[in-house]
Amino acid sequence: MNTYKLKTPLTDEDILKLKAGDVVLISGIIYTARDAAHKRLIESINRGEELPFPIQGSVIYYVGPTPPPPGRPIGSAGPTTSYRMDPYAPTLYKLGLKASIGKGKRSDEVKKAMQEYKGVYLGATGGAGALLSQRIKDAKVLAYEDLGPEAVRELVVEDFPTLVINDVYGGELYVKPKL
Amino acid sequence: MRVINSDDIYSKMKQVILEAGCNLPKDVEEAIEKAYKNETLDSAKEVLSQLLENSKLARESKLPLCQDTGVGIFFVEIGDEVKIQGEHISDVLTRAMVDAYREGYFRKSLCNPFSRKNTGDNTPAMIHYDLVKGDSLKVLFMAKGGGSENMSRCTMLAPAAGWEGIKEFVVKRVAESGPNPCPPIIVGVGIGGTFDYAPILAKKALFRPLGDRHPDEDIAKKEEELLDAINNLGIGPMGLGGKTTALGVKINVKECHIASLPVAVNIQCHSARYKEVIF
Repeated sequence: MNTYKLKTPLTDEDILKLKAGDVVLISGIIYTARDAAHKRLIESINRGEELPFPIQGSVIYYVGPTPPPPGRPIGSAGPTTSYRMDPYAPTLYKLGLKASIGKGKRSDEVKKAMQEYKGVYLGATGGAGALLSQRIKDAKVLAYEDLGPEAVRELVVEDFPTLVINDVYGGELYVKPKL
Repeated sequence: MRVINSDDIYSKMKQVILEAGCNLPKDVEEAIEKAYKNETLDSAKEVLSQLLENSKLARESKLPLCQDTGVGIFFVEIGDEVKIQGEHISDVLTRAMVDAYREGYFRKSLCNPFSRKNTGDNTPAMIHYDLVKGDSLKVLFMAKGGGSENMSRCTMLAPAAGWEGIKEFVVKRVAESGPNPCPPIIVGVGIGGTFDYAPILAKKALFRPLGDRHPDEDIAKKEEELLDAINNLGIGPMGLGGKTTALGVKINVKECHIASLPVAVNIQCHSARYKEVIF
């Protein structure tokens, strides 16, 4: 298991060196989107419109943060469960998304898309929202402000801690339950 | 008749809800500390140590433990000799929740199921009432996250399935949930009642402190049996493997129809935010 410090936007070269179980510390700009925002992103794509952020090389964090208290850029901001974004994720990986950050299992379709378009799925610790928010240095709403906690935000992160759950080689970190 | 002023309910409940979002209950924190000592895998230890650090940070900084500050759930047991003066109890509890969520910078997480439009103030609160004998008022509050709630299920088994069938349903549910509900989890199991009653039993089971042993020795042993079976799955903290998939299993039981064996599994993430207030 290796530890990599990566800066966004990510490249194919960044992705190809990652294996399930590696620690990845992300710095730079990442974008937030969860259920309702994903629905709108895909609707935009289907209408041929431009997305609110450059998708090529991007990292999407599945999070709906709490509002920022005075003096902080963001509130608590841990990952939400990723499978709910599975219907939308393959389209985004196809357009150049390089990594999604969340928690929990992904569908076979998403794993296949990541292998085909060179993407990874990264896990952050669920329920550690206060702690993870310390690595977020700035935040602003980019689009869909009416969605409140589900709006698309641009985050500036520093060494945001993640683990490679699914790599491009079909590797997966989650254990299979012993039934 | 005992008179309770609604203003007293409002101020106490608002304070309790604010605390719930940022303070992990002591029993849960101690269970995580114990699990940390018990784990040998590095990845399991790392996750649990992050959770302990998160808990400390949330308590000190008043940042919510988790960004999913949840649905506000109330179970109210109101004595028949109690009169609440002032505002209606549903309005008071809702106002306490709305004000706590705004003042605490908690996330507002409720929406219309079709349009998915956010209600903007975390309403409606989910409030259950029981009319009991006596002159006391008990309010249980839980801030319940969506990720673990999504992994919960109810089924109507045939009576022939028996305890083995119940056990299989519960353990399989946890196995299929895997890393999704943020393990280590707490598992509330409701057995009996009716199609609607079993999930209520399961949810109420989540209000029992982790150290609480069921007064019925047979059920207490069944809770231990399920906890062992669940931890033997090896899912571990955040699904990365380890000995701690669940911190506890609590079973609540009620008699049921001779044709039925309702079973509900309500899964609670490690951020188990619950409080009990007696007025």
